[in-house]
Amino acid sequence: MGLKEWVDKRSPLPDMWREHMAEYYAPKNFNIFYYAGSLLLLMVALQFLSGFLVLAHYVPSAEDAYNSVFGIMYDVKYGWLMQYMHVDGSSLIFVLLYVHMARGMIYGSYKAPRELVWIIGYILYLIFMAEAFFGYVLPYSNLSYWAGTVITSLLKSIPFIGNWVTIIARGGPGISGDTIGRFMALHVTLVFILIIGLIAVHILYLHKVGSNNPDGIDIKENKDSNGHPLDGIPFHPYYTVKDLSGFGVWLFIFAAVIFYAPTFHHIFLERTMSTPANALKSLPDVTPPWYLSPFYAMLRSIPNKNGGILLMLFAVLVPFLMPWLDRNPVRSTRFRPVTRIMLIIFFLNFFLLAWVGEQPPLPKYFFPERLGSVIYVGFFLLLPIVTMFEPTRKPPARVRYRAH
Amino acid sequence: MKKLLVIGTLVAGLGMGGMVAAEAETAPVLMKPKYTYDAKTIIAGAKLFAMHCMVCHSVQFMRYEFLTKDLGMSKADVHKYIMLPTGAGYKANMVSAMPVNMASKWFGRPPPDLSQMERYKSQDWIYTYLLSFYQDSKRPSGWNNHVFPNVAMPDVLAPMGGTWSEKGKLLKAGNESQQKFRKQVTDIVAFLRFVSDPSVIQRHEDGPWVLGLFALFTVFAYLLKKAYWKDVK
Ligand code: HEM
Repeated sequence: MGLKEWVDKRSPLPDMWREHMAEYYAPKNFNIFYYAGSLLLLMVALQFLSGFLVLAHYVPSAEDAYNSVFGIMYDVKYGWLMQYMHVDGSSLIFVLLYVHMARGMIYGSYKAPRELVWIIGYILYLIFMAEAFFGYVLPYSNLSYWAGTVITSLLKSIPFIGNWVTIIARGGPGISGDTIGRFMALHVTLVFILIIGLIAVHILYLHKVGSNNPDGIDIKENKDSNGHPLDGIPFHPYYTVKDLSGFGVWLFIFAAVIFYAPTFHHIFLERTMSTPANALKSLPDVTPPWYLSPFYAMLRSIPNKNGGILLMLFAVLVPFLMPWLDRNPVRSTRFRPVTRIMLIIFFLNFFLLAWVGEQPPLPKYFFPERLGSVIYVGFFLLLPIVTMFEPTRKPPARVRYRAH
Repeated sequence: MKKLLVIGTLVAGLGMGGMVAAEAETAPVLMKPKYTYDAKTIIAGAKLFAMHCMVCHSVQFMRYEFLTKDLGMSKADVHKYIMLPTGAGYKANMVSAMPVNMASKWFGRPPPDLSQMERYKSQDWIYTYLLSFYQDSKRPSGWNNHVFPNVAMPDVLAPMGGTWSEKGKLLKAGNESQQKFRKQVTDIVAFLRFVSDPSVIQRHEDGPWVLGLFALFTVFAYLLKKAYWKDVK
């Protein structure tokens, strides 16, 4: 008996390989949006690598954090590469997350039987927000300091115990070295481990029910004599090689950003990250990174603080309900033009909110802020009504695929 | 019909953004320095910086050796034009000789470190700032600035660029032509831009190789995909 057989007899891996790769049948008609999932896996791995490397040089204290970050940039060999990978990587992860979620919305992937895949995915998105926020505070730049102050002060609005919770979160009355200590612990252990665990759960739940596809129809309804879906192909080797070429294109883009536009016009690396924390020099227009600013715009669109927080909470949480707000039994918006148009307006509006959320708090931005909030909320309120009555074309019986 | 609606929403969305953006901004308009960002400009700026700025300002993250290793300046030149007379190792950081507590006493505020100033404020800001000093007898230093009102720093470049009134009248000519002076200010800006991210040299050196490698990888991966997918009908 060879070593391979000896191990195979005792290992769960061959079965897992078959179940999730070699005999996992995926629809053959995936389009470009379907790369985002595997690219996210790649990026999380690279984020771990670059994070591991910068962690080896970073000093988590109020006195040294800022200088240690620039020690990495200036003095560590290829330190700038580690740093830019980590900074630009976090923004690019959110680019992919938004593409991945938009894909799910366009093709109705959140609908039965994939509700839990959607919900676990959305929890991942929220946890990524937390992970990014904790990471943001660590360099102890002035942006770190004020972003940390503003975001933790939201906790004060929790009824009765708000002040107490805020002090626990900060490790004192204000942002300090104690805050860095606990945010660092959260950033590199607890929240990170949650991300890894939930990614595994996300994929396991997906593989239980199978992938959706751009036509939104069930490939399991047409099977061959072996019980394999006629429109499905084994994930390995077909999608492993396809995703591999996706990796190539994406790594090219990622490297182009790092090597030629590492601050990405100061969208990925904001200017106020380049000045040390200063409790006396408040940033009048402390704005969150671009990927959180739509929600910040909604927070600001209501002049009353608690009202703003409630709207923001609603905006952040309501996508959990997508599977039930959408009443149309047909999944893909390829056959539901009205929902598709609503989605396009929703996405454009999300850009508008992201842009306005980055602007200083001036009266002239009230109007776009409020308009954006109304469109955002309006989308979710209209969705159940529209999807009940919208004109819907009949999807084809088999997925459409053009060999090329 | 569907296409029309999509285009309509796009246009409406863009129009809305434009409308808001078109409103007047209150901040002073910044001028843009024009130059080629290369070793020659940066080294010229480094020399001017050492002569006029480093009396007070440090660029503490920057090391002398970046000038030799990354920009190809000779050690002798660094010694002659950049280093303080007191000398320092080439591995040492470019720190001003002025003690911080003395500086605070003289100017009211310590002169900030300029390592990250370009990242923080932008090169347009620094360029405009250096060209926006005017004489103001109400200020302790006798100077003020259009971009940075009530600045504590005096116009150290006035002997070169001239002394100006608040309204922009030349009070005392400098010993450089305005064109030459602007070029010199531009050089200083280029140096500060380099200081804020010296990795630019290595990034642009390695970049083509890394991108080429990934492009090559993509080609092979794509051919592999083609080969496997031949039988998917
Ligand atoms: C790091 C975060 C995430 C990773 C690594 C990840 C990974 C994946 C992977 C590998 C797939 C299968 C390939 C594909 O369909 O693209 C997938 C499918 C899916 N994901 Fe995610 N995902 C993440 C976050 C999210 C988020 C935030 C959501 C939604 C809120 C989400 C919702 C979905 C849905 C609905 C599917 C099934 C799509 C379909 O079959 O059409 N995922 N995910």
